[in-house]
Amino acid sequence: MTSTRSATIFALALLAPALIYILTIVAYPLVDTIILSFTNASLKAGYDFVGWANYQRIFGVGNFTEVILRTFIWTFFSVTTKMIIGMAGAVLLNAAIPGQAVFRILTMPPWIVPMAIGIYMWSWMYNGQFGMISGLLQNFGIVDGPVAWLAYGHTAFWATIVTDVWIGVPMVTIYFLAAMQSIPKDLYEAAWTDGAGRFYRFRRITVPLMVPAIITMSLLSLIATFNSFDIIWILTQGGPSGSTTTMIIDTYKTAIGSRKYGEGAARAVVICIFVSLFCLAYFRAVRKLQQGEAK
Amino acid sequence: MSFHDSKVTLPAGANPLAASASSVAELSKAKAKAKARPAKAMIDRYQWYEVAALYAGIAVFLFFVLSPFIEGFLVSLKPLAQLFSTPYSFIPKTWSFDAYINMWTSVPALGMHIFNSFFISSVVTLIVVAIVVPAAYSFARFNFGGQALLLGMFLAVNMFSGAVLLIPLFRLMRSLGLLNTYFAMIVPGAAFLIPSSIWLLRTYMMRIPRELDEAAWVDGASRLYTLRRVILPLAMPGIVVVAIMTFIGAYAQQFIFALTFNSKTEFMPLPVGLFAFFGKQEVIWNELMAASFVGILPVMIVIIFLQRYLVAGLTAGAVKQ
Repeated sequence: MTSTRSATIFALALLAPALIYILTIVAYPLVDTIILSFTNASLKAGYDFVGWANYQRIFGVGNFTEVILRTFIWTFFSVTTKMIIGMAGAVLLNAAIPGQAVFRILTMPPWIVPMAIGIYMWSWMYNGQFGMISGLLQNFGIVDGPVAWLAYGHTAFWATIVTDVWIGVPMVTIYFLAAMQSIPKDLYEAAWTDGAGRFYRFRRITVPLMVPAIITMSLLSLIATFNSFDIIWILTQGGPSGSTTTMIIDTYKTAIGSRKYGEGAARAVVICIFVSLFCLAYFRAVRKLQQGEAK
Repeated sequence: MSFHDSKVTLPAGANPLAASASSVAELSKAKAKAKARPAKAMIDRYQWYEVAALYAGIAVFLFFVLSPFIEGFLVSLKPLAQLFSTPYSFIPKTWSFDAYINMWTSVPALGMHIFNSFFISSVVTLIVVAIVVPAAYSFARFNFGGQALLLGMFLAVNMFSGAVLLIPLFRLMRSLGLLNTYFAMIVPGAAFLIPSSIWLLRTYMMRIPRELDEAAWVDGASRLYTLRRVILPLAMPGIVVVAIMTFIGAYAQQFIFALTFNSKTEFMPLPVGLFAFFGKQEVIWNELMAASFVGILPVMIVIIFLQRYLVAGLTAGAVKQ
């Protein structure tokens, strides 16, 4: 039934809408980005090809390598923290104690409310003069005066990471929780019978069996975090003085802010190259994990 | 036997995973198990200090997750003068519901923004489901050259964010004449949700036994008829999950396209519409928070009721495949 020619035609016909849609809205813009990156396109109509000039400029003038480095550091700390808190959350929510179902539901809001709205709330919490974090720290006497978290480079850098972690944690937690629940209970019971303690069981059963889930989620989270735009844009717009400018913010500022489409496209291409590498890593990891499962 | 007779053996909308025949046997097995073991397994028993530690941990965890909402809600109940005064107090000194009344006059289009958010997400969901159902079926059931490559391509699309492709997308929207319309937000919004939905639904459809479509084929049903009358009803739970995940994706991520491709107030979704509260000299924080809560409440309530589908969607997409 599935090998005839008419079957192939039918299969392709079913696929056609999705294919056309993605080719138009994603693939074409992707190709267009690459083409634009070799031009001096701007708000003016028409443009000329300028060869590698845009790439020479972004790597020659200014602080692009610094931006790349910052993006990687920002992403690394954000993803690592998400994984640790997500794992801790999954362990806590997996415990058989009363209230479990309610706690699980209460974990979800940051994931399902419009991201921007959650970020507005954080931007108030970070307010130096009147915000909650500075206010509570002062009330408890931990800091002497108001701390404007988003006004200084190093605090703004960590503040944006905290918000990014906050948005990512629910999904990671629930994903890890599901992976944890798919571990056969017999393993724990056998270990328990042999006198293994709770921590020992976690270290020797839970963690090793969760490795595939941890790898998958880390890579997915890495890609999402690397592309994170809304949080930084709403909280700091990349400031103060560039201390939270990641590659995506940098591209947005160049292309949409300064209307330098050509140069912005060159910066976007560099992002695409990194994302493609992460993507390859992800596919390879998934394939490896599947092969491991098959054995 | 005609095809219509064979349909009788399929309970409409039944989940093939929970075949009704075996469920009775399973039930009795479960009962036997429950009798053999105490109501709560020994392994799940905790000492009092362990329980205390667990609750303390959960309290810290949930405080991190929920504090912005608690603070946001309390802010919406404080008069603006109290917000901008020191020392800070977490609990309002005087309670006021004024923000919930005044916000409608400060931002006259607020109701429209709330509706737009819902409307845009709904249309995106419709488009995605309409495109994804046939595509997922095609990937789940047919083998043709280049299929793996196509599937890989779809997945790769997933990894690029709209923010990277903003410049050409802007040009594309401009040449399609979609700038400053609902479609400027709907069309790109749907594109980035299609790939993961195809993956999810394909996984689900692959678990529907192949024998069912083959039986329909033998009975002379056309391919399209098989898809409509055999696969679609069986895949319904999966389609529901995809629809919910898509809606949430479209709802939660409304920002950058709305910010860049639309400047008309009447089409703005809530997250961008709320910028109106930032205007003037100072941000009207209490009204901003009040508007946020009123705006998201209806959707939140619905989602809380549907939360088990969320968990299903999240895990089916990745754990096994």
